[in-house]
Amino acid sequence: MTADEKTNMQGKGLSRRGFLKGVGAGGAVATIATGCSTIDRDGVVSLTPRGPENTPITLNINGRRRKLEVEPRVTLLDALRNRLDLTGAKKVCDRGTCGSCTVLVDGEPAYSCSMLAVEAAGRKITTVEGLGSPEQMNAVQEAFVENDAQQCGFCTPGFVVACTSVLDKNPDATLEEAQAGCGGNLCRCGTYVGMNQALMDAAKSLKGGA
Amino acid sequence: MKSFEYATPRTVDEAVEQLAEQWGETEVLAGGTDLVTCLKQGLTAPKRVVSLKAVKDLKGISSTKGALTIGAMTTMGELAGNAGVQKHFPSLATAVKNIASPQLLSTGTVGGDLCQRPRCWYYRNGYGLLAQQDGKSLVTAGDNRYHAIFGNAGKAKFVSASSLGPPLIALGATIKTSSREIAADKFFQTPKSENERETVLNPNEIITAISVPLSGAENATYEIRHRQGLDWPYVTASVAKTNGGTKVVLGHVAPTPWIVAGNDAAQGAKPLSGNGYKVKMVKTAVKRALAAASNGASN
Amino acid sequence: MATAAWPGKKDRSLIGKSITRQDGPVKATGRAKYSYDLNPPGLLWAKPATSPHAHAKLVSIDTKKAEALPGVKGVWKDTDLIGEEVRYIGQIIACVAAESEEIATEAVALVEAKYEVLEHQVIDNDPKFATGRASEQEVGKVADGFAEADVTIEGDYGVPVITHCCMEPHGQVTEVRGGELYAWPSTQNVSRWADRLNDSVGIDRAKMHVDCQYMGGGFGSKFTYDKWGVIGTLLAKQTGRPVKLLLDRDLELAIAGNRPSGYTHIKLGVKNDGAITAFEGSVVGTGGGGGYRLRAFPYVFEPKNRKTTMKGIRTNRGGQRAWRAPSHPQTCLLTFSALEDAAAKIGMDAAAFYKKNLNLTARPDVYAEELDIAMKMIGYAEKAHLRTKLDAGPVKRGLGIAMHTWGGLGHGSECRVTINPDGSVKAEIGTQDLGTGARTVVSIIAAETLGLPLEAIDTRIGNNAYPASGGSGGSTTTGGISVSTRMAATDALNDLLGHAATKLGVAADKLEAKGGRIREMGNAAKSMSWADACKMLRTGSISKTGQNNRTEAQKAGLIDAGVGGVQIADVSVDTETGVVTLNEMAAVQDCGLIVNMKTCESQVFGGVIMGITSALFEEALYDPTTGRMLNADMEFYRIAGIKDVGTIKVHMMTGEEYEKRGIIGIGEPPVIAPAAAISNAVANAIGVRVPYLPLTPERVLNVLA
Ligand SMILES: Cc1cc2nc3c(=O)[nH]c(=O)nc-3n(C[C@H](O)[C@H](O)[C@H](O)COP(=O)(O)OP(=O)(O)OC[C@H]3O[C@@H](n4cnc5c(N)ncnc54)[C@H](O)[C@@H]3O)c2cc1C
Ligand code: FES
Ligand code: FES
Repeated sequence: MTADEKTNMQGKGLSRRGFLKGVGAGGAVATIATGCSTIDRDGVVSLTPRGPENTPITLNINGRRRKLEVEPRVTLLDALRNRLDLTGAKKVCDRGTCGSCTVLVDGEPAYSCSMLAVEAAGRKITTVEGLGSPEQMNAVQEAFVENDAQQCGFCTPGFVVACTSVLDKNPDATLEEAQAGCGGNLCRCGTYVGMNQALMDAAKSLKGGA
Repeated sequence: MKSFEYATPRTVDEAVEQLAEQWGETEVLAGGTDLVTCLKQGLTAPKRVVSLKAVKDLKGISSTKGALTIGAMTTMGELAGNAGVQKHFPSLATAVKNIASPQLLSTGTVGGDLCQRPRCWYYRNGYGLLAQQDGKSLVTAGDNRYHAIFGNAGKAKFVSASSLGPPLIALGATIKTSSREIAADKFFQTPKSENERETVLNPNEIITAISVPLSGAENATYEIRHRQGLDWPYVTASVAKTNGGTKVVLGHVAPTPWIVAGNDAAQGAKPLSGNGYKVKMVKTAVKRALAAASNGASN
Repeated sequence: MATAAWPGKKDRSLIGKSITRQDGPVKATGRAKYSYDLNPPGLLWAKPATSPHAHAKLVSIDTKKAEALPGVKGVWKDTDLIGEEVRYIGQIIACVAAESEEIATEAVALVEAKYEVLEHQVIDNDPKFATGRASEQEVGKVADGFAEADVTIEGDYGVPVITHCCMEPHGQVTEVRGGELYAWPSTQNVSRWADRLNDSVGIDRAKMHVDCQYMGGGFGSKFTYDKWGVIGTLLAKQTGRPVKLLLDRDLELAIAGNRPSGYTHIKLGVKNDGAITAFEGSVVGTGGGGGYRLRAFPYVFEPKNRKTTMKGIRTNRGGQRAWRAPSHPQTCLLTFSALEDAAAKIGMDAAAFYKKNLNLTARPDVYAEELDIAMKMIGYAEKAHLRTKLDAGPVKRGLGIAMHTWGGLGHGSECRVTINPDGSVKAEIGTQDLGTGARTVVSIIAAETLGLPLEAIDTRIGNNAYPASGGSGGSTTTGGISVSTRMAATDALNDLLGHAATKLGVAADKLEAKGGRIREMGNAAKSMSWADACKMLRTGSISKTGQNNRTEAQKAGLIDAGVGGVQIADVSVDTETGVVTLNEMAAVQDCGLIVNMKTCESQVFGGVIMGITSALFEEALYDPTTGRMLNADMEFYRIAGIKDVGTIKVHMMTGEEYEKRGIIGIGEPPVIAPAAAISNAVANAIGVRVPYLPLTPERVLNVLA
């Protein structure tokens, strides 16, 4: 957005006071300026409501602190893809059904399409890009490639994150347990046979086996 | 999605203060797995979203004398993984585990599950909670395969989506809110207008915790599902057997969890044009849940 | 002198082996950039405004409010459509481009259109809505055939409209710079994506640059630019900025991929010994607003006396698109359901029944061999039972068989192979990799031809600047690109051999390229390294373009058409819940000479899984009152997950007999038979037919009630 539009957007100014009357919630809400000291460093909590305009947050992504300004309505997925150019997480259903947007939040798999970016502030986010690179893949990525557990590959990053998560937690997982880790992901090309093998191979290599 | 402002209260009182007295002016945000979708679908366009993430004391499971207390912001994954829950309440553990998506379980909360909005496809496609058009029910005239077979005489034909509702009711749980305690079997309601919601909560009231009595009841949940991953059940049955008798509560058959009154679980079913098959499912689910409760295992 | 003929088995170092796809790591690490992932500087987001009515006259479109929203940079409206009819919900009437996705979405809601609502019709399966003249075909005399029969069976069967549900939606990023179009579409047809686009956007075809390195699924639905390609281009022109226009999920499901339905009434005449004497089938179905016709009916088995009629139902749904093996999955289900019902009626084992009638198929020997293998794989002898002998208890198990056929002749294709003085090799071809492994196929063929390791080939695909290749559909890609690459590489090699000949003192036609060396055939002592040979190209690189001339290539045994396959499903049905569980699936498939065993098997696994999905879950459900697709999401438009597909066993037919036919495509065949096999297995398990797909719990319980 250009500076011009920014002022424009703020200029159109949802009247905060008018809204407060509608809300009728008493005096808890004071007018704040975006970025004022009532917001803690990473934009995790603030004493007063923020937005609807852009508000500053810091996302801890793949070990790096990334500062950005987002409207509260922006999802974590859209922040990653559209603002930080981290496009490994994909948008497919955008409704918390298919798993293509899976990232780790504080080590747990989550649908980034169903989480607001502001909610993710201050939490540790790992995207597929943070798990490995083409030159240095993690065990799951390696096993996916080797067992051809991908065709078009559009669902793959989501599966890789979900599989990494389940196997990191339980390298002794049986196939069934490992599959349960994929219960929130879908693949349209039908790569599950390769994936089953990849899950078993990755588990083995995580345990230090061949 | 319309833009909104975002509040992060730190106490229950602050949270309540941030909430409006009218539905739709503000919304409570827990894990967001349903609310964010509702916002995208335009089912609600609040001016403010009040996040509970920073509110103290809403998380975690503690056991007190005679009850297990589950904070509203406890994730479903934490619930299913809790040893006490697994031991005493297999019906709850099963219901959660069957949601089957690690992503949803790690983000979705217990409070959010109870308050999530129905999945009726007319509602989700923008035709209103009661799906009326020209004074007629789109559901009755249309594809109602997933709709209610009980309690559907009024305008509401959708089914309650919550997997936790039926077992919590069967187990005699109590829902604690910012202002009161509500018996789980009084928590859900069938809305009669578009302005009502599916629970008795007020717009500026939040669930803080759920307390489940350790009654020693043999309990189990049996769910009939088609896909073996994240999906919705067709019909569920949660049972709890005590000396005092057996409580049977059905899920996905009515606008609320459906408490079975007599011996015949299917009694009083009034299927719509396309969901008569659910009657058979109800019988099966109850039979299997009862068997599981006696065996100490559910599906 | 190298020749184009495929090397024999002992001379192959890459072809036919299991080779890991080359772009695996980029995809698995999230680094591959799909169209949806491109964020060029200055990008605008475009979102279409669509008709909320299934059928209406569009009176006016007013975009003023949308334009006034801060951040909106461009607006397009379909002025041609004003005064005309919109024919389905989701039909695009306007589009806005804005600084962010959020703003674009908000702006679309501000587009105001007026309509005069007309009556709509969305039911896809009721003959009473069929319109127009039926197409009728009779071979032999059905009346005579039925007179010959001892038993006649009649049945109704049906397949609903399903949708492609590509994971990456349809759409593209477009930019117009200096009067030239740069487009990054998600497409299965990079060379011809832009054909005829100039009619609508006023940019010369030669000034259209199309690139697609990775794409997230097409399955037959992404061959051309579509309306969103036109709009995206016009908005890019209008705003001077790159424009991203990809469909949201609901539109993707409702308007970007509909496979026609097929509902039939079949009458089949058989003798007591199982011989089929007559077939009569009438089909109705819908392809949306367009014409309707299923090909290949009856399927695989063509009784001497047969008659078919076909009639279309016009529906106010999105238009039809090709879906893997157009017509075949539908006609396979319709035909094979009737066949196994006939076998059951005369109390005959299904496999025996098929064997009895193999003379009615195009390739009796192949099917016989494949059927035997499939039966062994599934344990047919131990598990099979007649429909009259059902398992005790609520959960019942059954087997079902189906067969399929497909053409798969390689499409027209050109490839350029360049050998450089530094020894590097480049293969350039305007094909695309849908996840089939096409990129790797090009590398394999070039490397095999030049006697080099796979990594030595710098393969470039996915751009219309490269020599044109065909659209990836109908299982035509592997054959097409293999031949053009082979031709180019052979040609280039022969040129290089000419240089080496002088140096080695061996006639060029006695030289070969093997293991990174140019050597005298069968004499490693007389050789030079590839690098040294290339160094002799002082004058410059060798660059050759090869072609797949389909007719010649087929005559030469490089490619062929026509495969068979047999699949057997083993299912369990819980008769108290109606839930069908897939235990196991055996798939036997031939496809000529296999280029890459690994990705070939992946295609078969994937095809079978997609077939299973259609059997158990898929149906585009429409509301009669509003005309809206009710499950235009991934929640109620269900797709099989990792635990839903049971154990899948695949057997590829290999050996001289098959390989001498040359290369045949594999994308379509394996997806055809699963639904029929599973439906037959369910009938075998519970003793009655669930006539219509998908085999959902409600359908199963309804037939058992
Ligand atoms: C494909 C799919 C399948 C699913 N299958 C199932 C299933 O089988 N069974 C099942 O139960 N669920 C299922 N779910 C839904 C999922 O469990 C819910 O989305 C989740 O439980 C919601 O929790 P949340 O914390 O994310 O809630 P949010 O999305 O944050 O909130 C949901 C609603 O509850 C309100 N709310 C949240 N917390 C409180 C509180 N403490 N006090 C008052 N109001 C509150 C919010 O205002 C909102 O209206 C499925 C979802 C999907 C997408
Ligand atoms: S895109 Fe988030 S779950 Fe599908
Ligand atoms: S590989 Fe294409 S969707 Fe999974």
